[in-house]
Amino acid sequence: MAADPVIRLRGIRNQFGPAVVHDDLDLDLYRGEVLGVVGGSGTGKSVLLRCIAGLRPPQAGQIEIFGQDALNCSEASRREIDARMGVMFQDGALFSSLTVRENVEVPMKNIKGLDAGLRRELADLKISMSGLPYAAGGKSPSELSGGMRKRAGLARALALDPEIVFLDEPTAGLDPIGASAFDELIKALSESLGLTVFLVTHDLDTLHATCDRIAVLAEKRVMYTGTMADMLHVEHPWVHEYFHGPRARAAIDTLERTN
Amino acid sequence: MIRAMAYLAAPQMNALRVNLTLATGNPIPYTEIRFPEDIRNVSSTATPDASDMQLPGAEQGHLVQRGDGWSLQGNCTIRALPALKPALDRLAGQNITLSLSELSRLDTAGAYALESLRQRLERSGGSLSLRDVQPDHGALIDRVAQAMPKPETSPKKPMRLTDMLELIGRAVAGSGRFLLELHAMLGLFLARLFSFLRHPGQFRLTALVHHCDQVGWKAVPIVALMSFLIGVVLAFQGAVQLRQFGAEIFVVDLIAISILRELGILLTAIIVAGRTASSFTAAIGSMKMREEIDAMQTLAIDPATVLFVPRILALLITLPILGLIANVSGLFGGAMMAWIELGISPGMFLTRLLEDTSPRHVLVGFVKAPVFALIIGIIGCHAGMGVGGNAESLGRQTSSAVVRSIFAVIVAAALFSVFFALMDI
Ligand SMILES: Nc1ncnc2c1ncn2[C@@H]1O[C@H](COP(=O)(O)OP(=O)(O)O)[C@@H](O)[C@H]1O
Ligand SMILES: [Mg+2]
Repeated sequence: MAADPVIRLRGIRNQFGPAVVHDDLDLDLYRGEVLGVVGGSGTGKSVLLRCIAGLRPPQAGQIEIFGQDALNCSEASRREIDARMGVMFQDGALFSSLTVRENVEVPMKNIKGLDAGLRRELADLKISMSGLPYAAGGKSPSELSGGMRKRAGLARALALDPEIVFLDEPTAGLDPIGASAFDELIKALSESLGLTVFLVTHDLDTLHATCDRIAVLAEKRVMYTGTMADMLHVEHPWVHEYFHGPRARAAIDTLERTN
Repeated sequence: MIRAMAYLAAPQMNALRVNLTLATGNPIPYTEIRFPEDIRNVSSTATPDASDMQLPGAEQGHLVQRGDGWSLQGNCTIRALPALKPALDRLAGQNITLSLSELSRLDTAGAYALESLRQRLERSGGSLSLRDVQPDHGALIDRVAQAMPKPETSPKKPMRLTDMLELIGRAVAGSGRFLLELHAMLGLFLARLFSFLRHPGQFRLTALVHHCDQVGWKAVPIVALMSFLIGVVLAFQGAVQLRQFGAEIFVVDLIAISILRELGILLTAIIVAGRTASSFTAAIGSMKMREEIDAMQTLAIDPATVLFVPRILALLITLPILGLIANVSGLFGGAMMAWIELGISPGMFLTRLLEDTSPRHVLVGFVKAPVFALIIGIIGCHAGMGVGGNAESLGRQTSSAVVRSIFAVIVAAALFSVFFALMDI
């Protein structure tokens, strides 16, 4: 696994006017792994995600995705890269005027020759794989709860079987049961579909349950990367507080009890 | 394609991406896209290389006969499926064996196609056995098989007469309820207004001034212009007709009575309904949509006090003033046209106006202003409160607020006319 980075960031700088969010940031994402990105509020996790997903070019640095330079490439090849990546936004970002099924069908409409009947069936499959009941497909996003909207957002992000998915705080705002069901969903999908996952989260349980590797954003760059066990030995005050605070200990305890 | 959705979700980012992609660099070797060829034209050798960095555009898969079984070659993915599906659909027979050893890529769509093939064969009494399945493909097929959607079919009943009657009944009851709700809104407004009279300290003067500015002051140009043009049109048309009888001077009465009595205030109300009812609905509706109104209630802030009263009161104050402006500028337009077209000098126009037109016409006009203001304000606020959870319903409510308030204003104007005619005023 370690030999094959699908995303390679080098020297990324992001700034809004004078406010520098990232400076000289390096990060690798390896094929098939689930990378958890953590950091305090406002450290630029969402900005980093948008930057890799191509929604906002960085002010400096290089982004290589699937071995291609993603910043200086033709529009067609960028679109090819995009087709192999999926993004789930914080609240699902579903189109409110479409039903859930139509939302999932949107990305499939670009596939030449795919007839409407098959597209509909595939959308139903994705909805079911995301753990939603069949009836949810015909509902509009406003009729769903927050957790269901997130699942629908995930179904849409997975519509074309992307190789990489970006998830922005997928379990934020979910109840603990819903959140751990979502963790399991991510884990199961990443295993059975061979997904590479870039997961922004605040949720220590999610980190324990799903992530192979953790990247800590602090001081405008990726300060540390490593497994959960590595993180427990980091001396940096914020990282120490994060992984040794009362919530972290509770999460570790539950994990040990379940094992 | 996922990105296309992101574009829709964040249109402001679009521009950034365009900049990014216009900075086109060196062409890379993947840009030529081959589309899946029809299954019948394809030789029996697997074409695509199985490298990981394969581009999505060139995916194809083939179904070929191998001995007494079949083999799936190449890619069985969502992009290859349109060409592959007809071949899979044509497969029929008792016991089909399908080898997946030569399959390079399989995605959920492909696994779905295999799984629905199995289901189809089993329904017709046959079976499908997959051979030489690679472990990751097997895991995917299992996962998809677990998640196969099971439609809950609800048989659609044909519409019967009773259903139709029920629909009509519901529509009638619904409009009755609508009228009732409007009256409830009116009552709420009046109740809050009177409670301000008892506790003047609670009144939010800033909000009132703000809404007067939005509703009244900002509408002055359009109201004045429209009314001026109506005056011009009336004078012109009146002149053409009255000249035939040598009764040109009566054009002054025509303009004065029609504008002061009816048109000035009615057209002002229609314009204000279009501008203001929609903005009330949009403002209150978007607060409703984001649960801000619920938040107010939990913070012990009365939405009627902070949202409805200042808005409707602002309308009540400014609509008569706008009507006055409309009257003046309508008369001005009429006088100008009468001067140009008929040679009635402004002085003569004014004398005739003051001598011949009784002030009761002006009164009849202005009596209607507060009623129109209440109608517009209440329909606008009521529609705003009817917005549900999505942007769609906000748009629907906004346009229906405009249609309803204009309709109600015209109906009220007609009733007033009949009333004043019967009363001989
Ligand atoms: N569009 C923007 N304009 C200006 N500043 C922004 C913008 N988006 C994000 N920022 C700033 O970037 C920083 C990182 O934001 P974000 O990535 O959303 O943080 P988080 O790590 O909590 O997701 C914040 O300080 C925020 O103020
Ligand atoms: Mg964020």
